[in-house]
Amino acid sequence: MSVLVFVEASEGKFKKPAYEAATYGAKVSAMLGVEAHALCIDEADEAELKTLGDYGIKKVWFVKDARLKNFDPLVFAKVITQAEAQINADVLVLIQNYNGKAIAPVLSAKLRAGLVSGAIDLPLKDGNSFLVRKNVFSGKAFATYEMHSAQKIISLIANSVAPEKTENSAVLTEFKPELMDADFKITVKEVVKASGTISLSDAEIVVSGGRGLKGPEHWGMVEEMAGILGAATACSRPVADIHWRPHTEHVGQTGIAIRPNLYIAIGISGAIQHLAGVNGSKVMVVINKDPEAPFFKAADYGIIGDAFEVVPKLNEALRKFKAGN
Amino acid sequence: MKILVCISKTPDTTTKITFTDNNTKFNSDKVQFIINPYDEWYALVRAIEIKEQSGATVTVINVGGADCDAIIRKALAIGGDDAVRVDVEPEDAFFVADQIAQYAKTENYDIILSGKETLDYNGSQVGGMVAGLLDVPFISMASKLDMAGNVATVERDISGGKEIINVQTPFVISAAKGMAEARIPNMRGIMAARTKPIKVLEPFASEKFTSVKHYDMPKEKAGPKMISADHPEELVALLHNEAKVI
Repeated sequence: MSVLVFVEASEGKFKKPAYEAATYGAKVSAMLGVEAHALCIDEADEAELKTLGDYGIKKVWFVKDARLKNFDPLVFAKVITQAEAQINADVLVLIQNYNGKAIAPVLSAKLRAGLVSGAIDLPLKDGNSFLVRKNVFSGKAFATYEMHSAQKIISLIANSVAPEKTENSAVLTEFKPELMDADFKITVKEVVKASGTISLSDAEIVVSGGRGLKGPEHWGMVEEMAGILGAATACSRPVADIHWRPHTEHVGQTGIAIRPNLYIAIGISGAIQHLAGVNGSKVMVVINKDPEAPFFKAADYGIIGDAFEVVPKLNEALRKFKAGN
Repeated sequence: MKILVCISKTPDTTTKITFTDNNTKFNSDKVQFIINPYDEWYALVRAIEIKEQSGATVTVINVGGADCDAIIRKALAIGGDDAVRVDVEPEDAFFVADQIAQYAKTENYDIILSGKETLDYNGSQVGGMVAGLLDVPFISMASKLDMAGNVATVERDISGGKEIINVQTPFVISAAKGMAEARIPNMRGIMAARTKPIKVLEPFASEKFTSVKHYDMPKEKAGPKMISADHPEELVALLHNEAKVI
């Protein structure tokens, strides 16, 4: 009996979502009175793998197989199901990022286990009921799901649970999955990384611009603010559609849905489709010269004013603040 | 080549969401239902483009009651050749995926396409589950799909960039933005759709592993704290001291 957390590293290092998943898994294991294990398929060295112990993981299973360098959900699910069988996991935890969205449903099919994807809270046990809460209707409501299967899979939205350190150390064990060459059916030809930017789905702060910025040549001040805050940059759909900014930056219902701690929207009116992708943000700041912009209704803080006047002043204030903190 | 496109019925984007029966059921009264946009704009339209290029057939599948026939007819008007409806209310993603997989097994489709997620339950589940149940490759969040014979070149979104991959049929794809441009059905398509067949199937034996116990709504915000455009330093102080996000 255990909880198994699937963690991903990036260039050998864990980012915050891995520690969020570890913390979540450790808390679920404490609730169920079982051990928390983690499985890492990426190349991470011993010291890095041990850091998972700081977040409550008792045993870290790592896999060394060069064939797993490329991502294939079917193969990754096969490795996870083999690990799950070995350690007899009751609950599997993943992060609902690009890879998690691909692996979790395949795992659910293979294990014939219930899946709640996009969980935002720790599960609750109510008698024999195992309850997990998530956003539904594009953030307009929440649903509490009851999971009926013996094994349960939960994929957690990043930035939903804060990583929590505990007094603990993890035992590292190599896990050797049984894989055949015939299992590998996807060939990766090319990986195109967006250069030098913070990944939107990982970002704790996101600075976003809309049509109110009038042209791509005005994005310098948005990038400047992102630089000061260590934030990712984003944009609204029309801005991506008219190619002022790349589609990888488009947040909203048809683009990427994000849940940063702070979302700063500059010159974005706040159409319902845009809000659907960002309304999970903890704090929203809206800067718009139109006092009737619907985004103000959803915002926590607002400034009515011309972005070309407000943003440089705000950047200056942020720079001063950062220098003193 | 045989292509299967999974379509789901969802409330229109602008729907005001309410619940009934002590917040245990979605209130569908006066709600305008549409084809899930990701299924329609990206999965279905790309399937039709491939059909136009290579003479494939495009079958549309939906799991749902007779009230789904209207969205199925629209999918046929856009260019689907025929449709299958598994006549059962969809309650759980696994149950839906299993219906689709059990039907697909009988027909040997080369490509199965779905949208990246639905507008209502936002799960990103059905495509991956169908792939897992059929044991064929799954490519999620794909933004481009080109076929050369039975080999596909696919672009998919990954954290911080994109990946270009090759995969042979059969496979399952969940389609994201970029895959195709939305099409509006023309009069000829609408007329033709009236005579295209919709096969109605009894549900296959399956399981449900999850159910919604209850719904709740986000707390209404009191309204934003407004800060003077002349004093943005006040915003910085509030973000630090009050909101504690910087």
